[in-house]
Amino acid sequence: MPQLLKDKRVIDDAWTLVDTDSQSLPDGDILLTYSQWQTFSKQLESHSGQIGVVIEGDAEIEDIIEPLLKLPLIAINFPKFADGRGFSLATLLRERYNFNGEIRAVGGFMRDQLYLLSRCGFNAFKFSEDTDLSEAAKSLEDFSETYQVSADQEKPLFRRR
Amino acid sequence: MYRYDNYDHKIVNERVEQFRDQTQRYLAGEIADEEFLPLRLQNGLYVQRLAPMLRIAVPYGMLSSAQVRKLAHISRVYDKGYVHFTTRQNIQLNWPALEEVPDILAELAEVEMHAIQTSGNCIRNTTTDQFAGVAKDEIEDPRPWCELIRQWSTLHPEFAFLPRKFKIAVCGSNEDRAAFLLHDIGLQLVKNDDGELGFEVFVGGGLGRTPIIGSSIRKFLPKQHLLSYLDAILRVYNRFGNRDNKYKARIKILVKAWTPEVFAQRVEEEWEHIKDGPSTLTDSEFARVKSFFPLPEYKVIDGADSANKLAATADSNIAFSRWLDRNTELQKQSGYRSVTLSLKPAGVAPGDVTDKQLETIADLADRYSFGELRATHNQNVVLTDVIESDLFELWQQAKESGLATPNIGTINDMICCPGGDYCSLANAKSIPVAEAIQRKFSDLDYVYDLGDLELNISGCMNACGHHHIGHIGILGVDKKGKEWYQIQLGGSANKNASLGKVLGPSLSRDQITDGIEKLLDVYVENRIADESFLNTYQRIGIEKFKERVYAPAT
Ligand code: SF4
Repeated sequence: MPQLLKDKRVIDDAWTLVDTDSQSLPDGDILLTYSQWQTFSKQLESHSGQIGVVIEGDAEIEDIIEPLLKLPLIAINFPKFADGRGFSLATLLRERYNFNGEIRAVGGFMRDQLYLLSRCGFNAFKFSEDTDLSEAAKSLEDFSETYQVSADQEKPLFRRR
Repeated sequence: MYRYDNYDHKIVNERVEQFRDQTQRYLAGEIADEEFLPLRLQNGLYVQRLAPMLRIAVPYGMLSSAQVRKLAHISRVYDKGYVHFTTRQNIQLNWPALEEVPDILAELAEVEMHAIQTSGNCIRNTTTDQFAGVAKDEIEDPRPWCELIRQWSTLHPEFAFLPRKFKIAVCGSNEDRAAFLLHDIGLQLVKNDDGELGFEVFVGGGLGRTPIIGSSIRKFLPKQHLLSYLDAILRVYNRFGNRDNKYKARIKILVKAWTPEVFAQRVEEEWEHIKDGPSTLTDSEFARVKSFFPLPEYKVIDGADSANKLAATADSNIAFSRWLDRNTELQKQSGYRSVTLSLKPAGVAPGDVTDKQLETIADLADRYSFGELRATHNQNVVLTDVIESDLFELWQQAKESGLATPNIGTINDMICCPGGDYCSLANAKSIPVAEAIQRKFSDLDYVYDLGDLELNISGCMNACGHHHIGHIGILGVDKKGKEWYQIQLGGSANKNASLGKVLGPSLSRDQITDGIEKLLDVYVENRIADESFLNTYQRIGIEKFKERVYAPAT
């Protein structure tokens, strides 16, 4: 089974990414794009597995987020690692919308971003299949102290020092 | 100045170890070039035309003598024995070896320095006035605010991968010496009618290909809200800034496309959600950070007496008197002056200093300036708080080390980017042009007679040499593989910031110094009383200059 890094551990990834041109839904836990999620809304009502949605960096989440907050998983796609919009989206999900489910990074992010991504609220990371996940997990521990408020730190350093 | 506590040390040390590990993995082939690129950039490491270049952060220009000695040591051990002061108050090494950069960073960390976010698409070093704390026209010392911004921006998790680089400047005085209207965010310290301190916030200024002067988006931001408001601006930019085209990715383009009014409204909407949250600054934090910038223990000096004695010394020594006139500034504390050490003697690339000179600068700072000094955005070094009666001695020592060229604010005090000698983006060389101009205008009487004149040179449109805001700006352009230079007139970086206008067709390297001479002739012939070059230009317009420069040879 494919694996993923979640909550600092390497675990099996039971989720199936629905093909972009798929006409029907696979069984089990499925991950769909936002537009698929709209298209399949009827079928999804009777789907037996869990449902998660992938959003893109340019998502106007203010307009679309409400119904997604009930899902157990929201994934944020990085078209390339230099595209930092996902950092703000995850921050908003955690801090503004109090989303407690899994936030999963998918796409072109890279290992050396793990620490910052996790601070913004990502807790799961889907790397390409050939990645040594336990090796990559080391980058989650790059720093032990931080100045700012973030999804994983309620108080800025100046309120703690 | 600010001193690290255990927290600051820990963060900077962990950064060094992180980069050491990244460098090792890169050298072992485990990180691809394009992935290593942003990692090294965010640690200040460029790969330039000839070698890597390491840009070291000098937060808001402040340096201690111990730090300067360390820089001298580093330049000797890891480089060719000199460093370069940049136009953003930072310091560059031009020849470090990639493998040794982690060691250099570890040495820097020992003296509370780093290279974090000195390049890359992230929040860069915050800059300010080199006369902070001593300027006569100061409203409030900007340095504590710069330090608060430094900490907030350092490894900010949300804003490490912005559409493009992001620069913030703070101005604490009436005169602007930080070019803050030409930054992505410019913060002007102000007091409201109730005497409360806050900021007027400007966004979207910048040089580069599309030079724009910043727009005010908030007249008064109470000081405690500084960080949450910055978060709001950055979040709007991070989400909506252009990421498809590098040349349209700066915040200025977004502000222009949306209009400053709409941009301001989006920021306010975002800010509503986070205002009054935990990032709201506390009185105890203000007090803590401020306490690092105390006024030194000034002696009580009879100002008039001190001034008389100084005038007498100056009367008997013309060289000293010139230096006093051009290279020193009065302070708000009577009997004390700020001294600018010129890093622009003729024949040296503007802003370059040797390891020996760095050590002299450190000694001078210890002897005369409470062990502190400042890098300026004009690529010089300032020693503040010098007692007037020490000036003559200081001058003699500085002169011996080639640091007392009396040319501050003159045509020879030019700003100049590294250009084609070092920079892979250059269209043309800039350092040889600077040298040719300095050689041409070496007659000091003539140079003084010209008075205040800012001449800025960039080797390409990226405008690192700030050519748009020079009274005379020179821009390197490439014409069919040959180096040419476009001249711009009338730029200025003060509160009434203006961008230069193109004079006409570009000149070749051979023509450029003569062209400048003609511009100066037109000024001298047309000025009224002691009118400056800029004022004369503003009064008579560009035509007369144009006619003279492009007149057919007779
Ligand atoms: S202005 Fe151009 S040539 Fe000069 S340093 Fe910047 S990028 Fe290089």
